Amino acid sequence: MWRYIGRKLFVYLLTFVIAVTINWMIPRFMPGDPVRSMLNRASISDPEALERMTTYYETVFGLDTPLYQQYFNFWAGLFRGELGVSSMLYPQPVLDIILRSLPYTLALLLPAILLSWIVGNRFGAFAARNKVLDNTVLPVGYILTATPYMWLALLLAWSMGIVLGWFPASGGYSFSLIPEFSWLFISDLISHWFLPFMSLFIVALGGWAIGMRNMIIYELEADYSNYLQALGAPRRLIRRYAFRNAMLPQITGLAVQLGTVIAGALLTEIVFNYPGLGTLILSALNNRDFFVLQGVFLFVVVGVLIANFIIDIIYVLIDPRTRVQMTGGGA
Amino acid sequence: MTLRVNDLKVYYQTLRGDVHALDGVTFDLADGEIMGLAGESGCGKTTLGKSLIRLDSRMKHVGGTIELDGKNVPIADEKAMVPLRYHEISLIPQYAMSALNPTRKIGRMIKDLMKARGVDPASIEDELHRRLELVGLEQDVLNRFPIELSGGMKQRVVMVISTLLNPSLLIADEVTSALDVSTQRAVAESMVEFRDRGFVKSMVFVTHDLSLVYQMADTIMVMYAGHVVEKASAKTIVNEPKHPYTQMLISALPEVGSTEEQGRLEGIPGKPPGLLDPPTGCRFKDRCPLAFSKCSERPPLVEIEPGHWAACWKTG
Ligand SMILES: Nc1ncnc2c1ncn2[C@@H]1O[C@H](COP(=O)(O)OP(=O)(O)O)[C@@H](O)[C@H]1O
Ligand code: SF4
Ligand SMILES: [Mg+2]
Repeated sequence: MWRYIGRKLFVYLLTFVIAVTINWMIPRFMPGDPVRSMLNRASISDPEALERMTTYYETVFGLDTPLYQQYFNFWAGLFRGELGVSSMLYPQPVLDIILRSLPYTLALLLPAILLSWIVGNRFGAFAARNKVLDNTVLPVGYILTATPYMWLALLLAWSMGIVLGWFPASGGYSFSLIPEFSWLFISDLISHWFLPFMSLFIVALGGWAIGMRNMIIYELEADYSNYLQALGAPRRLIRRYAFRNAMLPQITGLAVQLGTVIAGALLTEIVFNYPGLGTLILSALNNRDFFVLQGVFLFVVVGVLIANFIIDIIYVLIDPRTRVQMTGGGA
Repeated sequence: MTLRVNDLKVYYQTLRGDVHALDGVTFDLADGEIMGLAGESGCGKTTLGKSLIRLDSRMKHVGGTIELDGKNVPIADEKAMVPLRYHEISLIPQYAMSALNPTRKIGRMIKDLMKARGVDPASIEDELHRRLELVGLEQDVLNRFPIELSGGMKQRVVMVISTLLNPSLLIADEVTSALDVSTQRAVAESMVEFRDRGFVKSMVFVTHDLSLVYQMADTIMVMYAGHVVEKASAKTIVNEPKHPYTQMLISALPEVGSTEEQGRLEGIPGKPPGLLDPPTGCRFKDRCPLAFSKCSERPPLVEIEPGHWAACWKTG
């Protein structure tokens, strides 16, 4: 067990190192002069400030030090939590900017992923034993999974945000409010959160429900189900077993889908102008702010790796077969 | 008389029509009798076994009756069958290797099953341990997942589970087919021992291995294309078979009673008719060297001497 986790950890660490390296390489090996194009976009009129910025970025990019030195400096900075200084919001540190956006993205992603997974699985399992429900859930589910995030997000923003006006369709909270811990502000946050969350939740839901329904039906036909039925076991027990076995591929599916969901969340934020990492990426791109881009990329990679690692461990805990293979026992 | 099957007809419903897998099967099984059920692959052995305990969704009870210990077995009535299952009639399925839930420890699964069948798991615990020991398994298997056991161990676990409630009738479908020769013998001997100790009253032992069944069964019933062709004591079937099909089966054996593997039923030229649209009359007539005009009518299964039934116009 620990050896397995150690091995996994090593693979994830390696991925992390590679990702950081690529991240480091991108602005340095890009054609043109990244510092120049970054500063041109920074639209700073004060020549003195511009001068300060130029010196700063040239030192950071270490144009006078050898490449390997720059590479090690980059890592050293990383361990001190230094991700550089933003050019579009000079002189704010990138880390601060990201930490400001991160809660919004997490508040969208975590509930959307977990709730759609839980609700979708329950719903799919339920549909598997109900003809009427099955006949409605299935087509709706297929339509939902086939819907691109962007598209559904636009549809929701337009219908419920603009036409019906039930929820705000843009921003993280009303500009007239000052962030504070009050009921008014929190309810405002929630109403802004609702539509982007819903669009993520709904798209993911259909996929999980269909997957679960199909898996359950497959498991109910499995030999162990037939054996229990022959011995007169009630449907309840057989379904419980089927559900447990059907969960396993759904957990793997979660790991596989994670990247897609995160990409979807970033796009959804852009549609709703939601102040999370996705929106941050967009403005950093527009402003050629490589430090912010690098920083966000790093956070996304780390997030995906951590989530995958957690799923790996959960899988091992609930599937005896992987555990047996790991300890080398068995037939 | 434990089991009495009369003119049982069970068809599979398919898109291309009904497959007449059991087309009028009649036989009796006495208390304490182990009946070997033999015949080529596809003759309806598994179908007969399933028909005695649970029809799957494609199977349709078309006619005939089953009686166990004097009571009707309402095979087509799913609800009414539930109390009989496991308590009265039990099954070791052909797929015993995959019959155990892969994500439950075996002991836990047995507990779940007992509770679901209204039996206090504690009340059978000692008996369970005794029986595991009897078939040569450690108590520790209860703490393991199915994947941790070898094929032979899984087979024996299923054997113990299926007989735990002392059913009147046990259907054992190809329990030895997936095992190597030495394990086959051990499993077959355990089955006889289970009967001798009264864990099961009587048994239908499905196999295509005549020499194995000859050594353990009291009687043998031979099926062909959904019909019973002959039933008699194991000795009679092997030494003095009367039906031409049985005779050919026996003569195809390398040596009667030997434990030689392979090449059992390959000696008969031709192949059985399809059961989707089976021919009328004797279903063996296309391959039968003795076939004559009368064989286009179905020969009835008659008792040609005490305890010896055959369905052939030439033996009647
Ligand atoms: N699910 C099914 N649907 C249609 N036909 C089936 C099905 N299962 C079995 N059959 C047919 O029923 C006949 C008897 O099958 P089976 O009882 O499994 O034979 P055996 O166990 O003697 O090998 C065969 O002709 C087989 O093709
Ligand atoms: S009834 Fe006719 S065809 Fe059938 S086995 Fe007897 S002789 Fe052969
Ligand atoms: Mg079979």
